[in-house]
Amino acid sequence: MASSVLRLVHKIREINERYSRPNIEMSRAVRLSLLALRLYLLLLVGLIVYKFVLILG
Amino acid sequence: MNLFSRIYYGFRKFWKAIQLYLVIAGPGLVVMVADNDAGGITTYAATGAKYGYNLIWFLLILIPVAYYVQEMTVRLGAVTKRGHAEAIFNGFGAFWGWFSLIDLMLVDWLTLVTEFIGMTSALGIFGVPPWLTVAGVVTLMGTIVLNGRYWTWEKIALLFCALNLIYIPGAFMVRPSVSDILRQGLVPNFPGGLNGDLFFYLMANIGTTIAPWMLFFQQSAVVDKGMLEKDIPWGKFDTFVGSIFTVVVAIFILIVTGTVLKGIDIDSASQAAEHLMKTDRYVGTFMAIGLFDAGLLGAICISLASSWAFGEIFGWAHSLNQNIKEAPWFYASYFFTLVTAGLVVLIPGAPLVLITLFVQVIAVTLLPAALVFLILLLNDRKHMGDYCNSVTENVIGGLIVVSIVLLSSLYGISVMFPSLFQ
Repeated sequence: MASSVLRLVHKIREINERYSRPNIEMSRAVRLSLLALRLYLLLLVGLIVYKFVLILG
Repeated sequence: MNLFSRIYYGFRKFWKAIQLYLVIAGPGLVVMVADNDAGGITTYAATGAKYGYNLIWFLLILIPVAYYVQEMTVRLGAVTKRGHAEAIFNGFGAFWGWFSLIDLMLVDWLTLVTEFIGMTSALGIFGVPPWLTVAGVVTLMGTIVLNGRYWTWEKIALLFCALNLIYIPGAFMVRPSVSDILRQGLVPNFPGGLNGDLFFYLMANIGTTIAPWMLFFQQSAVVDKGMLEKDIPWGKFDTFVGSIFTVVVAIFILIVTGTVLKGIDIDSASQAAEHLMKTDRYVGTFMAIGLFDAGLLGAICISLASSWAFGEIFGWAHSLNQNIKEAPWFYASYFFTLVTAGLVVLIPGAPLVLITLFVQVIAVTLLPAALVFLILLLNDRKHMGDYCNSVTENVIGGLIVVSIVLLSSLYGISVMFPSLFQ
């Protein structure tokens, strides 16, 4: 069991290393799109968390 | 050459084209028909029961929407030979890659639960206990994938796609008024005005037309099928046929419930089938069989979308052309998602309604990201070369993506905060 977990952790590290840098050309449009996506997701996650707080309350 | 010879050669040419299409047909048609899954059937049945034929025009608009989004996955898959998950990891790095993969896993698993809810409730109408439905479906799906050939899997999936046409005779049997369909359905209109209720239904119909798993599924299927750049025109045609097929089926469902159940509040497709049984036993039976088929087809594709994505990233063998010994992790993840999702439906008192709503909310977090990545990857000239998006494709694709992102986000918010749209 422990060795399986270790192997999984090792594999995840390997994947992180393999894809550590984006291979797409990071033009201004790409950077802006990714920034907009980050903001959008933060807003959405905020709303989901707020909803769960409401349900729990 | 006389007239008969010309007709004969014309027919032969046409028949050869059909034969060629049947060889190439697959990912586009399967993904589009599977899009009419248990949740989709419920949405169309409820839309018809609520607004009759009035929103048929809106479904027709969804043909180009579905086509333009999905054809991009054909080009991306055929050119890069990578599935969508791997393309995101490679293009945008590990952060966005893990975000997409984990989100996809969650959305797929929850959607799979809703497919099992649809299938058990459909067969429940015929007195089949849920445990038997779950066991039967898992066995059937296991048999389909374990034959070790993509081609066989695809042709079996296409057979289930054909069963989706069962709604068409059902629509003829309820004898709708053709003039009413043409008059009310084909002229754009907003029955009762553009209020919150109608807006919710429009968003739900868009939400069922483009789902995140479809992007991942079709791109991986294109890669697994071994499609090359030269096959792209056929892949596009396959996607176009699929987008027409899926909307036609949706329209016939609308016609059935719009004719028989107009004015009745419908919460699920199985409830619609039960109501229809009271009017016409055969039409109700067709609706129930169609719902089961929709759930099954959805389950077949969704479970594969996850397994392909995991295989691509973890470097496991992940092709349907490999048997269980050659790709053990691929099949293990396939059966794990399938069996666990099936078991949830069997838990007494499981919050199935909450799960159904949760799927819609979580899907909204993945869909915009997947669509934005798709457009950006299609503009990456370094990898896409001549198959890069043209300016026109960017304008059309961009408009569609922005509209879908806005509407699906509003839909997700309306599911969380229903009072905002009343």
